Amino acid sequence: MDKFDKLTATAAPLPLVNIDTDMIIPKQFLKTIKRTGLSEGLFYELRTDEQGNAKDFVLDEPAYKDAQILVTGDNFGCGSSREHAPWALLDAGIRCIIAPSFADIFYNNCFKNGILPIALPQEQVDLLMDDAGRGSNAVITVDLEKQEITGPDGGTVSFEIDAFRKHCLMNGLDDIGLTMAKGEKIDSFEERRKLSQPWA
Amino acid sequence: MPAPRTLFDKIWDSHLVDRQDDGTCLIYIDRHLVHEVTSPQAFEGLRMTGRTVRRPEATLAVPDHNVPTSGRAQGIDDEESRIQVEQLSKNCDEFGVPLFGMDDVRQGVVHIIGPEQGFTLPGMTIVCGDSHTATHGAFGSLAFGIGTSEVEHVLATQTLIQKPAKNMRITVEGKLPVGVTAKDMVLAIIGKIGTAGGTGYVIEYAGEAIRDLSMEGRMTVCNMSIEGGARAGLIAPDEKTFEYIMGRPMAPKAGAWEQALAYWKTLPSDEGATYDKEIVLKAADIEPQVTWGTSPEDVIPVSAAIPGPDAAPDENKRSAIERSLDYMGLTAGTPISEVPIDTVFIGSCTNGRIEDLREVAAVAKGRKVAENVRAMIVPGSGLVKNQAEEEGLDQIFIEAGFDWREPGCSMCLAMNADKLAPGERCASTSNRNFEGRQGRGGRTHLVSPGMAAAAAVTGRITDVRELS
Repeated sequence: MDKFDKLTATAAPLPLVNIDTDMIIPKQFLKTIKRTGLSEGLFYELRTDEQGNAKDFVLDEPAYKDAQILVTGDNFGCGSSREHAPWALLDAGIRCIIAPSFADIFYNNCFKNGILPIALPQEQVDLLMDDAGRGSNAVITVDLEKQEITGPDGGTVSFEIDAFRKHCLMNGLDDIGLTMAKGEKIDSFEERRKLSQPWA
Repeated sequence: MPAPRTLFDKIWDSHLVDRQDDGTCLIYIDRHLVHEVTSPQAFEGLRMTGRTVRRPEATLAVPDHNVPTSGRAQGIDDEESRIQVEQLSKNCDEFGVPLFGMDDVRQGVVHIIGPEQGFTLPGMTIVCGDSHTATHGAFGSLAFGIGTSEVEHVLATQTLIQKPAKNMRITVEGKLPVGVTAKDMVLAIIGKIGTAGGTGYVIEYAGEAIRDLSMEGRMTVCNMSIEGGARAGLIAPDEKTFEYIMGRPMAPKAGAWEQALAYWKTLPSDEGATYDKEIVLKAADIEPQVTWGTSPEDVIPVSAAIPGPDAAPDENKRSAIERSLDYMGLTAGTPISEVPIDTVFIGSCTNGRIEDLREVAAVAKGRKVAENVRAMIVPGSGLVKNQAEEEGLDQIFIEAGFDWREPGCSMCLAMNADKLAPGERCASTSNRNFEGRQGRGGRTHLVSPGMAAAAAVTGRITDVRELS
């Protein structure tokens, strides 16, 4: 997993609430057995018509084609647990998502893939949404260490993040490796349970 | 005296392997369900790092999302779907994970087969790379959906890194009116709390109306916790739970049964346990429910009219309602019962169990599916299918003009060949009415099995109580 420390990039506005993971990546793109190449399906039904022709969509506009930050609406990533959603975002270059709130499973999946989801109060998201609307001038900086976002005019907003998740993201740590190092604790837990709950 | 604890607290405490100073916990996972869509990259991860599956016997795999629901003997036409299903078999073979393959009578939707086999037990932690894992909470087990990275984590370590959720209790007081079901109850709950209302919480469902539900009904309620934003729903285990489990193939046997039962009886929340949030509904106020929009919170009683943007509390919600009405091809103010439908889908992990099929049969018996309506019934598992056939339900369905199919997820998410065409309108017993969920441009109205059957025979959204 790539580390995340400080990101200065274009932010794209996507002002819809309840964007579900079906909308982020529809089912026909879930048939892959790989993690890569999923940007092809990202927001597919928002960016193409029923014949597969391109529609107007923010990430396809010249000003936003290099966007690495998405500013969006409440309850982003609700619905299915499909990790294909963060895989598709990452494959399209998105490393940070800013919204008033996120659905739990999606939020969690982001951290496993080096994506930083930032939840902020609606008023602050509204301001950043305006900033993101400035096309090629919509460049903002996200500093994870300082937990601070700097807008195009130099104004700053601070954000909250769980300390352990921050640590893992900043160092690109692999969760499984960390847990494997606690193998003895898992062994002894299993030993105890064999006695107390032999059916489990 | 120790502080009173909730059912969630008890399960959490008993699964704690490690707790870091920053509050991050390592919790033990008792049961892991696996399906073909969210597992291939996890097995590939194990292969690349030379890791193994820590407890294959605590893992159970089944293909369900991609499987065809007709002509199964010919295999899977779609090449990508076929590869994904074959890959699951290869992975299970290589890593020693038990698998119910497509030709196994026990195959079915992953959340139907866990309880059916006695794999799902009270007090356990249960995960699956699928958000509807919440279903298993009906047994008083902490069950939630995870992403593929976490699937790999559980395969390798039998644990997950987590922080405890907050406790919410939703109490449904009194008795449900006749003709109103578990599905209506959970849709009404989502309508009340909203699709993000449960975010960060585990919901414990309580009250007379919950206790009165069958295990099938309890599974329907817990299943849709995720549509209210909660990763898990829980119902305290009771005699109904124990009776359902006893004798199932993977349930504890003989001496272990007594020991397990004694433990399970200690699980219900203690008197005086506190919750971070409490919601109370009166069962008597709940009518049959129908969704009108593209989020499960867009739900109204069948007697109501479709709301308009003026009902919105803010600008964001207002534009969401406009977008939903446009996508759904509906006009604000129209009574929902005047909306004609083209398709009916009965099945899914929400409503693909035997009791659901009995509800459908009660409406379908002696009636005919309306002209121009395509109505399909997809049983939740091969065993549900067999039981329905033993009870003669299949004959009722076929005589009425329903299409009686093989088990799988089917049109709930339309990953196999079962899907809506653009603009087609469906009364569906599934769990999500998102844009494109049942096929691009398809329009979904979520309802109970009885309401779906009523829509099938009248050709429009209909109050099932008018037909009884």
